[in-house]
Amino acid sequence: MEAVRIDGLRVDRGGRPVLVDVSLAVEGGRVTGLLGPSGSGKTTLLRSIVGVQRVTGGGLRVLGLPAGTAPLRARVAYMTQAPSVYADLTVRENLRYFARILGAGRSRIDAVLAEVHLEELAGRVVSRLSGGQRARVSLATALLGEPELLVLDEPTVGLDPVLRRDLWDTFHRLAEGGATLLVSSHVMDEADRCDDLVLLRDGAVLATGTPSALRERTGAGSLDDVFLRLVEDV
Amino acid sequence: MIATAIRVLAQLRRDPRTILLIVGVPCLLEFLLKEIFSGRSDVFQHVGAPLLGLFPFISMLVITSVTMLRERTSGTLERLMSLPLAKAELLGGYAAAFALAAVVQATAVSLLAFGALGLHVGGPRPAVVALAVANATLGMALGLCVSAFAQTEFQAVQFLPAVVFPQLLLCGLFVARGDMARWLRAISDVLPLSYSYDALARVSAAGPYGGWFAADVSVTLAGALLALGLGAATLRRRTS
Repeated sequence: MEAVRIDGLRVDRGGRPVLVDVSLAVEGGRVTGLLGPSGSGKTTLLRSIVGVQRVTGGGLRVLGLPAGTAPLRARVAYMTQAPSVYADLTVRENLRYFARILGAGRSRIDAVLAEVHLEELAGRVVSRLSGGQRARVSLATALLGEPELLVLDEPTVGLDPVLRRDLWDTFHRLAEGGATLLVSSHVMDEADRCDDLVLLRDGAVLATGTPSALRERTGAGSLDDVFLRLVEDV
Repeated sequence: MIATAIRVLAQLRRDPRTILLIVGVPCLLEFLLKEIFSGRSDVFQHVGAPLLGLFPFISMLVITSVTMLRERTSGTLERLMSLPLAKAELLGGYAAAFALAAVVQATAVSLLAFGALGLHVGGPRPAVVALAVANATLGMALGLCVSAFAQTEFQAVQFLPAVVFPQLLLCGLFVARGDMARWLRAISDVLPLSYSYDALARVSAAGPYGGWFAADVSVTLAGALLALGLGAATLRRRTS
């Protein structure tokens, strides 16, 4: 089943094209990586899927509905690149607020805290946390409503390798449970952790496919080289 | 709506310095007002209650414009707009939280003014507090609008004199509106604070409370609702 279907998406910002004729499908129940250098349009594409980006044209369907429509707001969760939580509240107060909006119970708060390894910092004010810890609070918030589609914008930036591995394990566990994950990254070494890849460059899709299929197609060893060969081919 | 109100109050509670400023500054000003007119207590009796009632307008305008600007710049507003939360619930939550803050502020200042400072009003004292809360809502709604036009907290604060001072000068506090030049009078007629000042002046002078008082209160609340509506229009689910 397709969780996201995009046809000829175009987004302009300030009179300048950011995404040009983007078409792609995201398969349900899998972890799809959206990779590309910074400035390639990853965040704009993710925002379009969540429905908070004003788009110029093209078709965008999420879980069978037009992107951004009201019934999707409880089914799609979005984690922005900058941790969008209240810095002057504690971790738990933040989660309690968003849980109330989503109608999630108290047990969900404890569950997501455990998921991102933040139980011990639950009572700490967010402004006193490190950047990586804040990112995990933001991720925990996105997990609260048990969403069918999770859109995560660079969720593992600045995290230590152990935590990064744990989070990727979490992503795959969620996918096994039936959720769809769309995860952006500008670090190519994270690509191998994804089931599917979408490579983005200059606002256009460079290639899509599984990591091994892309290697085969280009004959390259590392995914960095895959990217380089694809760029040279264009 | 309740969720947002609880969250906003929790944020306020974590900031004792702001609470102290909200409550302390109007008390200090009320005290200074009494002292500078120590030789002419009739002046204090005349402007004491209106100042008490108008102060929450200024405080809540500043607080709302900065808090809402933070929501816009920190990404929390973007997150909220992607969640199943109606704009009316968000704004209602803000209004409820700041109305409560205004009750605390106005009660504290009126305890001082009516107690130690010996302020007298002809009308019922709770009416002054009630009008203060209405003004707080008006300030909150205008602060919300301001936050849409400011890119930084610095700009948001700079909007304060632009939005507040003309209204204070023209509302009748300094010069009776009837004595103003016709064009100034015309401007003051369309500013919501003119009506809340009128209502406060009527309570201060013991009436008359006829239809005009009701009209003044209605215009103040309508102004708040209008500004809230404009503010709601600035909350966009989709941004560029």
